[in-house]
Amino acid sequence: MNSVERSANSLPPTEQLKIVIVGHVDHGKSTFVGRLFYDTGSLPEGKYEQLQKIAERRGVPFEWANLMDALQSERDQNITIDTAQIWFHTKKRQYVIIDAPGHKEFLKNMVTGAANAEAALLLIDANEGVQEQSRRHGYLLNLLGIRQIAVLVNKMDLQDYSQNRFNQIEKEYRGFLQTIGVEPKLFVPIAAKHGDNIASLSHKMSWWSGPTVLEALDTFKVSELPKDQPLRFPIQDIYRFDERRILAGRVEAGSIKVGDRLLFCPGNKVSTVKTIERWNAPSREAGSAGESIGITLTEQIFVERGAIAGLETAPPYELTRFKARLFWLGRAPFSKGKLYKLKLATQEVDCEIETIDKVIDASTLETVSRKEKEIFVGRHEVAELSIRTKRPVAFDAHSEIVPTGRFVIVDGFEVCGGGIVAADNYPRRTSDSLHKSHDIYWSHGKVTAEQRTRRNGHPGSVVWLTGLSGAGKSTIATELERELFNMGKHACVLDGDNIRHGLCSDLAFSPQDRKENIRRVGEVAKLFADAGIICITAFISPYRSDRELVRNMVVDGQFIEVYVSAPVEVCEQRDPKGLYVKARANEIKEFTGISAPYEAPLNPEIELPTTQLTVAESVAKVLEYLHVQDADTAITI
Amino acid sequence: MDYLSKLENQSIYIMREAFNKFENLAMLWSIGKDSTVLLWLARKAFFGHVPFPLVHVDTTFKIQSMIEYRDRLVRDWKLELVVGKNNEVLKSGVTYPNGRATRVECCGTLKKDALKQVLDEHHFTGVIVGVRRDEEPTRAKERYFSPRDKNMEWNVEDQPPELWDQFKTDFEKGTHIRIHPLLHWTELNVWEYIERENMPVIPLYFANGKGERYRSLGCAPCTFPIKSNAKTVREIIEELRVTKTSERSGRAQDKESEDAFEKLRRDGYM
Repeated sequence: MNSVERSANSLPPTEQLKIVIVGHVDHGKSTFVGRLFYDTGSLPEGKYEQLQKIAERRGVPFEWANLMDALQSERDQNITIDTAQIWFHTKKRQYVIIDAPGHKEFLKNMVTGAANAEAALLLIDANEGVQEQSRRHGYLLNLLGIRQIAVLVNKMDLQDYSQNRFNQIEKEYRGFLQTIGVEPKLFVPIAAKHGDNIASLSHKMSWWSGPTVLEALDTFKVSELPKDQPLRFPIQDIYRFDERRILAGRVEAGSIKVGDRLLFCPGNKVSTVKTIERWNAPSREAGSAGESIGITLTEQIFVERGAIAGLETAPPYELTRFKARLFWLGRAPFSKGKLYKLKLATQEVDCEIETIDKVIDASTLETVSRKEKEIFVGRHEVAELSIRTKRPVAFDAHSEIVPTGRFVIVDGFEVCGGGIVAADNYPRRTSDSLHKSHDIYWSHGKVTAEQRTRRNGHPGSVVWLTGLSGAGKSTIATELERELFNMGKHACVLDGDNIRHGLCSDLAFSPQDRKENIRRVGEVAKLFADAGIICITAFISPYRSDRELVRNMVVDGQFIEVYVSAPVEVCEQRDPKGLYVKARANEIKEFTGISAPYEAPLNPEIELPTTQLTVAESVAKVLEYLHVQDADTAITI
Repeated sequence: MDYLSKLENQSIYIMREAFNKFENLAMLWSIGKDSTVLLWLARKAFFGHVPFPLVHVDTTFKIQSMIEYRDRLVRDWKLELVVGKNNEVLKSGVTYPNGRATRVECCGTLKKDALKQVLDEHHFTGVIVGVRRDEEPTRAKERYFSPRDKNMEWNVEDQPPELWDQFKTDFEKGTHIRIHPLLHWTELNVWEYIERENMPVIPLYFANGKGERYRSLGCAPCTFPIKSNAKTVREIIEELRVTKTSERSGRAQDKESEDAFEKLRRDGYM
C-alpha cells in the first residue's frame, strides 16, 4: 500500500496520535478515511487515478472506501473486516487511523482498535440518524477509557445540508452520551464523499463556521505516560544472565530508581533496587513509565511473574474480590459458577463471577432482565459485577491507575471479555503491611533463635529429602526422626502423602499445583525451623526451582537438601505403594519419573544413594552432617 | 519519551511476553533489515542474549552475500541457528529459477512449506516474525500475537481481540502463534533505529557503483535493486522521506496477480 508507506515516512516521528473511527455499519467510515487521505495529500501520485480505473474496469462507481479495503473478501462484502492501521499527517503531527468496522459481528475488532486509540471519531449517517451501534460504540469507547471523542454527522448531502437535521442528531446523541457520563468534544457536519468540512470549510454549509475535521483532530491531546503516579512495575519474567538475577518488566506507572525500597504484591515481599539493567543503552540509575527495563535487588527474595512492585508507601490493593465493569465478546456467555482465567498486568489467576449487579444492553442502556437461575453476561452485553479470584490479585481502581486497573477474561483458549476495576471502598494494605512487619520483629524480639538453640542444644533446620517415589524418603525420614528423638532432639516429619490429605488437599499434580504444594510445605517447615525444631520433609519435590524457593525462604545454612537417589528402575521394582504399576497403566497422570520430569539436585548438602547404603547408614550420614552425634552416648544405629 | 523509544519498549515487552509464554519459541531470521532489527531488539530484551533459536528458511536461491553475513553474525553474536529447506522440492527441481513453477508457486514450496516443515520438526509453538503493517495491505491486518491453525492457515476474518497488551497466549495443541513485535514500525522507523543503535547491516542495502541498491531482500531471481545513490544509513533515511514507490516494488512475486500475496499469507507465508 503505497499511501501507507509514503505518509508514514514523510514526517519525522515526533508526535503521533492514534485515532479510531467508529460508528454504525454503512455510516461511511471507510469512505471518510479514503477522502481524508486524499484531502491531506497522503495519497501517492497516481493512486487516485488507479483506483478510478479499477472501478471502471469492474463496472462499478468509484468508491473512496476501496482505499482502505485491502483484502479481497472485504471488497466483495463491502464491509471493513479488521482494524487496519494506516498513517496520515497534518501540519501539527502524524496520525495513525485504526479503521474500526461497524458490522455487529466484528465488535471484537472494534474493541481491539479502540483499546489502542487515544481519541475517537464517531460517524453518524445524517440520513439514518442514531442507530444501535452508534450507541453501543459510544458506550464501549467510554468503557475502554477513551475520553476524546468527536462526532461526525456524515452524508449531510443526503439531507440537503440541513442545519436542522444536524442539530436534531446532535441533540439526540449528546443526550445519550450524557446519560453514560461522556462529554463529546464536538460535533461536525460533513459529507465525506464530497470532502465537505473535512480539510476545508464547505460552501454548501455556510451555517457552519468550523471547525473542520482536521482542525478538530488537532485539538486532541496526545496521551502522556503516567510518570507522576505511584510506581507500578509488574514483573514479566525473571532471568539469570551473566551471574545476575534480573527482574524484567515494563514500568506501567510512576518511576523507579536505585535504592528504592519495593513492596512486591501479592505476597508482600520487600527488597531494595540494586541496579537498573539495560542493554546497549546509556546507563541510568532510574526508569519511568513506558520503559521496558530490568532490575536487580540487594536482598534475594522469592518473586515471580505477576507480582507488581510498588513503593512501600503506596502499594496496589491486594484482594480476592473486586467490582468491575465488563464487556463480553465470547460466543459462549460469561456464566456464574464457571471458572475463567483473569489476566491483569502480568498476573494470571482463576476467577469466577461472584455477583452480577446489572447486565446492560449497551445500545439501549436498558437493564437486561433474566430469570434468577440464568445468570450470565451474553455476547456483546455489558455488565456491572463482582469478580472473585482463587488467589489474591494486586490491582488498582481504573480511575486511579489505568494500566493496573483493567483486565481481560480468557475462556478456554480465547480472550472473551475485558473490564475495568471499578472504584470501591477496598481495604488498603498500606497500614496493614507496615503493622505486620512490626509484629514480626516483636515476635522475634522476645525469644531469639540463639536462645532456642541454647535451650534445645541444636538449631532449628529443614532437612529436605527429595527423590523419586520409592527412593526411600519416607523410610529414612521416619527412622531419622526416631533417632533424633531418642537423642533428645526436637524433630518432626512432614510427609508428602499426609500433607496432601490436609493442608494441600485442594491441590493436584500439575506443575503449578506441585509448586504451590512445595511452597506451602516450605512455609510450614520454616515455621518449625523457626521454632527450633529439626523439620524433616519427605516430598518428591521434582523441580529444582521449587526447592530453591524453599531454600530462599529460610536462613542461610538452615536448609539441608538431601538427595535420596535411586535409579527409576529400582524404584519401580520396589514400588511400595503400587504407584508405578498404576502409572504404567496410565491410571496416574503426571507421575514423576514416568510421565513427569524429576530434576535431580545439582549440589545437594547430602546425597544418599539407597542402592548402596542401608537405611541405618543413610540416617547416620544425615546425623553426621547435623553434628548431633553425641560422643558421650553410644548410639547404636 | 521519543517515538522510536516507544516503539522499542513495546517491541521488547512483546518479545518478553513471547519468551515467557512459549516453551518452544523460535525467531524467523530472513537476514534482511527487519529481522535483524528484531534480533537486535531480542538482545535488548534479554540483556545481550538471544535465548531461543533463529530459523532461516533457505531457498538456496538467496543472494550469496546474505548467507555469508548470516554465518558471520551467528558466530559473532553466538546465535543458535536452525536452517529450514524444502529438500524434496529442491531435488525435484520444480522451482521458478528452473522454469518449472510460477514465482508464487515457488514461494509456496520453498518458503511457506519449508517453514511448515521446520516448525513441525522442532515443535515450535511460538514463532517471532519481523513483519510490519506498512509493508503491504494484508500485513496491515495482523495482530501482535496471531494464531495459525494446524495447517498453518491464518483466519483473517476471525482474529482474537487484542487489547491492553493482553495477547493470545493460550492455544490448542497443534496450532501455533506468530508473534510480530515490529508490527507497528514503518520502513523509515527501522532505518532510523538502525542509525540510532549503530547496528551492522548487510551492504546490499547501500548503493553500489552503478547507482543501484536493494530496498528489500529475497531470492536472487525474484528480487531486483532499485535506482538509488544512498550509500549510508542517513542517505537511505533521506531517500525514504521523499520516495513515492513501495518497499516491495523490487519483489516480483507480489505482482503475479492482484491478490497473489494475500493468498500466500492466508496459507501461512510470513
